[in-house]
Formats: sequence, C-alpha cells, structure tokens
Amino acid sequence: MSQYKLSHLELLETEAIHVMREVAAEFERPTLMFSGGKDSIVMLRIAEKAFRPGKIPFPLLNVDTGHNFPELNEFRDRRAKELGAKLIVRTVEDALAKGIATQVPGELSRNRLQIPTLLAAIEEFQFDAALGGARRDEEKARAKERFFSFRDEFGQWEPKKQRPELWNIYNGRVQPGQNMRVFPISNWTEADVWEYIGQENLELPHIYFAHDREVVRRKGQWLPVNDLLPPKEGEEVKTLKVRVRTIGDIMTTGCIESDASEISDILAEVASARVTERGGRADDKVSESSMEDRKREGYF
Amino acid sequence: MNDNTQLMRFTTAGSVDDGKSTLIGRLLHDSKSIFEDQWESLERSADLAGGSEVNLANLTDGLRSEREQGITIDVAYRYFATPRRKFIIADTPGHVQYTRNMVTGASTANMALVLIDARNGVVEQSKRHAYISSLLGIPHMTVCINKMDLVDYSEERFREIREEFYEFVPRLDIRDISFIPISALKGDNVVTESTNMPWYHGPTLLSHLEDVYIASDWNLKDFRMPVQYVIRPHTDEHHDYRGFSGQITGGTIKVGDDIGVLPNGARSKVKSILTHEGPAEEAFCPQSVSIELEHNIDISRGDTLTSLDNLPYTTQDHDAHLCWMHEQGLQLGKKYLIKHGARTTKIVFKELVSQIDVHTLEEIENPTQIKLNDIGRVKFKSMAPLVYDAYKKNRYVGGFVIIDEASNDTVAAGMLRSPEKAQPIPDFTDYAI
Repeated sequence: MSQYKLSHLELLETEAIHVMREVAAEFERPTLMFSGGKDSIVMLRIAEKAFRPGKIPFPLLNVDTGHNFPELNEFRDRRAKELGAKLIVRTVEDALAKGIATQVPGELSRNRLQIPTLLAAIEEFQFDAALGGARRDEEKARAKERFFSFRDEFGQWEPKKQRPELWNIYNGRVQPGQNMRVFPISNWTEADVWEYIGQENLELPHIYFAHDREVVRRKGQWLPVNDLLPPKEGEEVKTLKVRVRTIGDIMTTGCIESDASEISDILAEVASARVTERGGRADDKVSESSMEDRKREGYF
Repeated sequence: MNDNTQLMRFTTAGSVDDGKSTLIGRLLHDSKSIFEDQWESLERSADLAGGSEVNLANLTDGLRSEREQGITIDVAYRYFATPRRKFIIADTPGHVQYTRNMVTGASTANMALVLIDARNGVVEQSKRHAYISSLLGIPHMTVCINKMDLVDYSEERFREIREEFYEFVPRLDIRDISFIPISALKGDNVVTESTNMPWYHGPTLLSHLEDVYIASDWNLKDFRMPVQYVIRPHTDEHHDYRGFSGQITGGTIKVGDDIGVLPNGARSKVKSILTHEGPAEEAFCPQSVSIELEHNIDISRGDTLTSLDNLPYTTQDHDAHLCWMHEQGLQLGKKYLIKHGARTTKIVFKELVSQIDVHTLEEIENPTQIKLNDIGRVKFKSMAPLVYDAYKKNRYVGGFVIIDEASNDTVAAGMLRSPEKAQPIPDFTDYAI
C-alpha cells in the first residue's frame, strides 16, 4: 500500500462497519433486518466483515408480509442457514390473526401492515436496536433521517426531534421500551450497492436479473402475475423479459423490461436510468409525504 | 466509475433567496442526477401550489413542515456523481436559528460552499457560514459569488466582493480558499464555462469540486484508534484471537509497530491487522480495522491505541468550543454525559469563558449563559480522563458530543483545544516487553 487513499466505496464501507460495531457495543439486544433483498445482502456482508473472525453477534429478523416474492424467502432461509445465523420470521398473516394488525378493505399492498407486525416483533424480543439497509438516496424523507434513528415507545419517528450526528459519533442511548433504527448504508446510492455486490461477488436472488415472467400492465407499471394477483378482466397477460430493481410487496412491485443478466449490465442500466429506484413502487406514490407518514408510524 | 473514484463531501448553507437551492438543482440537473419521477413530482407540487415554476427547493426539502413553510429546517443529504468523483452534499439552512444544523453539516465536509449574492456583497449570513466552516475545520472553502447576471457579469463587482471577503478572512483559520463568479440560474460557471465572463480564467464550480486535492484531508501522521469493540470469537479455529476493533482516526499502523494504550499507559506491539480486505501488513486512517496485540493487556471499549511518539493529551480538565443544540440551555454545575471517541463518561461544566456573537462574530467574555444555537468557549471536567489531540490538529480526535443524562438528547457538540494542564506522559517503559 504505497498510497494511503480509500476509494469512495471503501470509505462508505469503513463508515458502515464503524456503525455496525457501534451497535454491537452499545446495545444489549440488537437485530439485523434481513429480507434477502439486495440492500440487506450488502448489510450482511458488511456485518460479516465487521465482526470477523467472529460471528455476527445478532439475530436476523424478517417481517414476512405473505406477499414476499417466494424467490426471496428461499434465498433468505438458505443464506441464514449458511451463515449459521439465527433467523426470526414474523408474519403479517399471524399478526392479522392475533389482531395486532387490521386490514383496511380494498388495501392491496401489505406494506402498511408490516408496521404493527414489526413493532410487535421488536416488543416480543425486546430489541433495542434494529439495523436496516435503508438509504438516503431512496426517498426525500429518508434523506433527512439519521444513521441512528430514534423511536419512542410507540415506534414513532419524530423528524423534528432527531439527534444531531457529527463526525463519526453516534448517540445510541435509549430507555427501556424505546429503540433505535440504525442505517449503516445511509450514504450509499443505488449504484454504490450494485458496485459493491459486483466487487464482493455477492450472490443475489435471480429475480434481480433479467428473466421471463408473466406480467400485466397496471397504472403504468408491469406487475408480476401470481396467485395473489390474478389478471383482471380485459387485462392482457404478457410474457416479457423483466427484472426487479427494488423488491417490496409483490402486489405493488413493478418489474422493468431488461436484458441485464450480469452485474455489469445492471450497473450500466442504473447509470443511464431516468427514474429513481423507488419510482416503480406504488406505495411511495400515494402522496408527497407517504414515506414520512409511514416512518412516523414506525416503518423502517 | 473505477476503484479510484473518490468521495467528496461538501456543505452549503443559505436560504432560497441566496439561490442555494437553485445552485444545487443546477449541479444535479446539469450533471444529470435528477430523475424523471422526481421531476414529475416537482411539477405535480408546482401545479398543486398554483405556481407554474418548478421549485427545485422541493427536491431537498423532504419534510412536510419544510415544504409548508418554504424553508429548509434540517440537514438534507444529496448525492450525485461524475465519472471522477462521488459527491455528498450536506444541504443546511442558513438562518441564525439553524446554526446547529450548519455545524452538523460542516463536521464531516471536505469543502464549504459559501454563497454570496453579487448584488448584496458579503452579508452577515455569509460571514457566519464562513466562520462556522473555519471553526469546524473544513479544509477547503469556495466562495461562489452568485447572481452575476444581475450585476452585468461585472469583473469590478467580483473583485470588490473578493476584497471585502479577504478583509474578513484573517479572523478565520482556512487553509485553502477560492472564488468563483457564477449564475446558478443561468448556469454560468456552474457546470459549463461562462461565455459572459471572459475575464475569469479559473475553473467552473464542478471542475473545481472534481479537482481539489482531498487525500490529505485526513491526518496521516499520529496513529490514534479508540477501541470500539473487542472481538473474541471463542471458536476452535480462533480460540486465542482477541481483536481490538475500531476506526483509525489518525495516522498509520504496521504489524510489528510499538503501540501504547491510554489512559492506562500499557504498551505492546501489533501482532496482526484485519482490514476490510482481510489480513493486512498495514492500515491507515480512516479504515475500520481489528488489531491483535502481542501481549495480553486489559483493554476495553473507550481506551485509545496510540503511537508512542507524538502522544495525545490525557486529562480530566478540558477547554473547548461548543455549539449548544438544545432548547434547554447549558447549566453550570449540572452533570452531563460526554461521548468522545468510544468513551462515554460524565462531565460537569465549570466555566463559561466566552461566547461568539453569531451576528457580529465578536467574542464576548464571561457570558452569563449559553443557549440554543450559541457558540461558546467553556471549561469542564470529566469523570474519566479523555485522550485526545486538539481539534485543530485532528477533527476526528478532538470532536465530542454532550448528552443530557435524563432525556438522552444530544444537547451540544464541541471541539477540544489544547488543555492547560494534562497528565504527565506515562512511563510506558514500565510495561516494556
């Protein structure tokens, strides 16, 4: 090493490792949210690096909406097993049955229902910190959020009462019942995530790459056809070569037409993309403040 | 993008009137970093508001209350990239009542962009931003003299303002300063060279942002690493591994180097280093690493590993500048918590030495109180000794935050100065191999 210089990706990684270790050191019962999606796969890799040669010192947590892509769940279970990590899954189905979550008639996505399910899981296991893979470039309410995002006893985010964060110093102090959502890859962009996946040669669920899939056109998006989402009358089912750019609820996650079969193709696609990553997610389109509102209620 | 792409952080401060949002919008737009759906959303808001012009400020003002009031309240982080660098903009409000946000945004920045309206010249807000940038030790400053289109792209006006700024500069501590005449609205000298100012031969703002040498912004001289977490795998394979992990906040370290542990004064040698790439012979600031030592010494979170030459101060009596960030002002005699490096301990404020008038930037001695958004110099005592260098020498070793013990709120952030009296240098030889 003749030059003491870090690339932008190394600098982002070093920052994320620092944040993960801070969590391990300052909290008693932290967890890492792992869905099997690309951001959480990056998070898992960073956690591996932060604690090696030891194991990742926290369990993995996933809220299964019942609307997860099956490919994602398989991947999630397999990766947890390979790492020998404890995986906790709590389902919206179960939360509905127990009355923790209540469905609003006509509501297609289970995005909102994740909130009470997650809060109940945090309470059940008394997690005082939950690490998540959210990034500030995803959405403008997130652009305002701290690395250590304080949540009160009700899981609420209060944007006006956020703790200032300076240098590499984070205030992780919470009272019993309160918790912290922690976002080590806050400063990463979509392109950074893909570059890192390429650099680290990380395995991803195949739906991120171009594949043939039956889709229908709805509200300007290609939605995947499945048992939960049968085509409506008059809708034409097409088989297209598509991939997903971000994975959410299967009911509202749009697919994009793509031939990208390698990481390098995806990077080229991201570089020339003309819509943001979450542009294909209907849950963000409800209003200008939908993310802010959901976060206030306890969304990650 | 390649392995050598660097990350650069810069901060802006100001209100809509200075053209700050227009400037950021221009940088994002002209570097093709605004997406279609973001643009559509801006147009939708413009339609709803009954206006016809898209308001670029809505791109950064992410909270509902900000959009309602038409002002930036909090720090917003924006990202854009050119083939040569990735940029993180910490976009902060400029008014006095948001000084704390300006300080937060400045803490990690490589460069401060100070905006000046060419019609108004150097005003209070631009001075304040420059002062805070210097206090927070931002290594580079670029003064953008904006709205040149409204002063007929006058070279004379540009020179006048530059002189005005230079008169004020001696009071600041700035290593590197540049002046660029721009029009954010018309695009002159932001991303593309202006044809309206043939008298200006310097770079455009974007090419300046791409070219400024930032590799030396980190301190690579004095090795410092606060121990953040101890890794003990307890596995058959790594039965005896005990790794002291943390982010190197200064200097470089090699396997075999002598190392001191403060405050307890123990000494050892580096046995192994793990970086993000795996086992390494050498590591440097600001890498997050894990270090094994030759000896079995009692070291825990909060202790500092240091090189044996150029030792840091170890003391319980401190002298620092701070910015108060909470509605409830500083209370002398009350116990607070300080978080410095990986150490959290109690402190008590002993004396208010001075306060900076954030309007005139004059220093007022013996103030009676320090309130929200005030910047002052204070003396305090900590329960456990802190190990540090002056903030001026290394901002990642001299910075700290103050936490209220009851509410857990972060109430202040501060910059340590060289202490009047430090503990004597420990006799490391007592622990020699």
